[in-house]
Amino acid sequence: MKPLLEVQSLHVAYRPAAGGECPALADVSFEVRAGETLGVLGESGSGKSTLAVALLRLLPANGRVSGGAVQFEGQDLLKTGRRELEKIRGGRIGLMFQDPSMALHPAIRAGQQVSGVIGAHHSMDRAALRKKTLEVLARLFPKDAERIADSYPHQLSGGQRQRVLLAQATACDPALLIADEPTASLDASTQQEILGLFGTLKAHIGLALIFITHKPEVLAQIADRVLVLYAGRVAEVGPAASVLSAPRHPYTKALLQCAPSQAGAQLAFRKSKLPVIAGEPPNLMRLLHGCRFEPRCAERMDVCNASEPAQIVAGEGHAVSCFKYGGGS
Amino acid sequence: MSAKAENQPLLRVENIEKRYVRGSLQGSQGEVAALCGVSFSVSPRTTLAIVGESGSGKSTLALCIACLEPPSSGKIWFERRDITSLEERELRMIRPQIQLVFQDPANSLNPRWSVLEIVSEPFILQRRCDRRERQERALALLERVGIPGEKAHQRPDEFSGGQRQRIAIARALALDPKLLILDEALSALDCSVQAQIINLLLELQSSLALTYLLITHDVAVAGHLADQIAVLNGGRLVEIGEAGTVLRAPKHAVTQQLMAAATGSKTSPGVALEV
Amino acid sequence: MRYFLRRLGHATLLLFGVSVLTFLFSALAPGSYFDEMQLNPQISRESVAALRAEYQLDRPLPVRYARWVNSLLHGEMGFSFAYNAPVATLLWARAKNTLLLTVIATLLAWAIALPLGIWSAASARRWPDRAVSGLTAALLILPDLVLALGLLILAVRSGWFPTGGMVSLGFEKLSLLQKFRDVAAHMALPVAALVLSSLPVLVRHVRSAIAEVLGAPFLRAAEGHGIPRRRLLYRYALRAAANPLISLFGFSVGALLSGSLVVEVVMSWPGMGPLLLEAILARDVYVVIGGVLLSTFFLVGGNFLADLLLYWADPRIRAEATSR
Repeated sequence: MKPLLEVQSLHVAYRPAAGGECPALADVSFEVRAGETLGVLGESGSGKSTLAVALLRLLPANGRVSGGAVQFEGQDLLKTGRRELEKIRGGRIGLMFQDPSMALHPAIRAGQQVSGVIGAHHSMDRAALRKKTLEVLARLFPKDAERIADSYPHQLSGGQRQRVLLAQATACDPALLIADEPTASLDASTQQEILGLFGTLKAHIGLALIFITHKPEVLAQIADRVLVLYAGRVAEVGPAASVLSAPRHPYTKALLQCAPSQAGAQLAFRKSKLPVIAGEPPNLMRLLHGCRFEPRCAERMDVCNASEPAQIVAGEGHAVSCFKYGGGS
Repeated sequence: MSAKAENQPLLRVENIEKRYVRGSLQGSQGEVAALCGVSFSVSPRTTLAIVGESGSGKSTLALCIACLEPPSSGKIWFERRDITSLEERELRMIRPQIQLVFQDPANSLNPRWSVLEIVSEPFILQRRCDRRERQERALALLERVGIPGEKAHQRPDEFSGGQRQRIAIARALALDPKLLILDEALSALDCSVQAQIINLLLELQSSLALTYLLITHDVAVAGHLADQIAVLNGGRLVEIGEAGTVLRAPKHAVTQQLMAAATGSKTSPGVALEV
Repeated sequence: MRYFLRRLGHATLLLFGVSVLTFLFSALAPGSYFDEMQLNPQISRESVAALRAEYQLDRPLPVRYARWVNSLLHGEMGFSFAYNAPVATLLWARAKNTLLLTVIATLLAWAIALPLGIWSAASARRWPDRAVSGLTAALLILPDLVLALGLLILAVRSGWFPTGGMVSLGFEKLSLLQKFRDVAAHMALPVAALVLSSLPVLVRHVRSAIAEVLGAPFLRAAEGHGIPRRRLLYRYALRAAANPLISLFGFSVGALLSGSLVVEVVMSWPGMGPLLLEAILARDVYVVIGGVLLSTFFLVGGNFLADLLLYWADPRIRAEATSR
């Protein structure tokens, strides 16, 4: 079956004020099938937020897509016209930005902000619009949709604002939702609520989800497949169970080891040093040739210095970009 | 004699209450109790983690202990002195011994100063040493937290999030504090960076004999760093005990909920740990 | 409610203070209305003294002030020596014309400044932005007086517009529609002068307020939801940038009022400007005080209106105000 979204060899670069070019994403390829949740695991500097905005061409003025294609429902999103793109944004693909306190307009009521999205994609009279808005909000606020609709963002808590954002992004029943760190600023139980809501929406409208985060434990709960980004390249991609419990790429292995886990704490690993990844992520402006993770890799080999590894299949539906699995000449 | 001194808690909090006044639409005044009857003590060279959800009063507690907000009632004893009853003059002597590290280093470091200036600032305020000595001490602190000397003249925005947090820690250590309050200091960091900072904190605790008050909503981090865990809910302390016990066998319903929420995973991530 | 009562209280205090100051300044200014008369050899000294006593100009300052306040409360605002009539009626007749000019100029200036500023901010650093910047810079260096005179010269040379005044001869005989067109034709140049002189400041402020908002996360989020460009700019960006612009609106009312004085005099528009000028030159003290006070009243009124708008437009101010 044809995938819903197919990203082919995406290249994105930024031009910082100081000059030069920063290759934020290089040769990123993946696909998302209908109704599936793809978790994108990446830390700061991995390019994950760039990926979120690049797919819908929402890069800031100094960024540009320098290559690749994004196939969605029969068209290349990177080449569609402005009008068509506006219809797809919010209509067929929803986008949830990172910080709920900043992503909502401070002077417009929550209900009106949701109505604004619906109104931009369907023409309805005011009564129908209000009805549809309340329906959308009721999916996420089963008890007090009306009160939320009439509130301003500063009157809502962090979790509530996140839900309003989710309502906006899913108001027109899109086929795909891109969520950039949706649970970052929330505490554990609110996080669970939001994850539960994603599940409900998935069941309700068959939503496919690209969930971007830096916390592996969250992806363990929600993702069907996981893609690991490092320094703008795909390190590894495969089924969630396989990537998260038997990772192939040295970066993924090291990353998963350094999260303090409750299990570890209970086993009296407390107050012991955690295994860390030495060093810092590379400066993308001054990349040397060779694998981008090589300077910090515990399993580096000579060939890793020479060229970038290609993606190799290393299991059922599981691909890695690492010379350990082949590809070195 | 010295054994007895070791048993004395460094910090003891007794029945702290903090009420805020809040106006409402009708003009009537309501009171919000941010903290209500909180009591605990912390032994020297240990870590107490305070966990709870947003709005449970954790940050208010941090502010009260750091003497930045006076509690509405209750007492705080630091090294057997009641700091809630001190005059500002005397309090100034105590402040260097209790230092804070905040969640967002981007907001707590002056963006216009170089990192060296930021870390030497506390020395200036204490008026202890001349310029050269200040610089030397600041450089030594930066090295201690892993920031090399060549970078000391750069501004905060040229560093990554993890590095900025290290700089904030260096500044907090400038005045040789005994108690370090970490208010969600690890929450905004990436996974691998968080691990590095946790290791740094552990190393500093043993080499500098520090006591930590760690405020967090992340149970796993609390479990890893703390000797004791206290759980706050709606301004009240609902459970407190040795870290391992609280994690394995939580008694209070709220604690149980927190533990359950944190381990909601179907598949636990990570390579299987070798026991 | 308390928010407004407080604002109202401030406004009243301000007006009171202004009245005292104006009184003081005009009393301190050398000479009086009757100095001209004194130079005239045909009028005797005694007559002048008698006139002065009649108009109570020989009384001490606080007494004169008290009598003036009394007159104000009776709706008269003192007495004009030159026109031999209560100041209030005099002022009101002229104030209507000034208001007509200023209100229309304000509305027109903002109606042009908003789209121009938004367009400029949305195309930052491309040619529309540069063109608008250049234009506003040019207008900014031009003094109001030069602008007004320039337009007047244009009127004289081209004959397209009437050169001064508010109505043509035989105004009373025209039909309603023709009257309307007549006044409009006379108003065109003074309004143009006022609009052109206030446009640069307004456009620049609108541009910078919108440019600041355009980088905000909520705007990018709205763009991500597929909100079309025009709605994005006018409904979302403008609302977020409303605060500084509303405050500017209050300020612009005051600025236009003071600018209108020069324009009215140059274009012979029968507003408060020429009246005030005459009165100052002739030392017609109560007219001056009345005129200044009325201008201040309009200025304060404009700011009060801005406060109202701010309260309505920004829910956070409402929340803050009610929580005090």
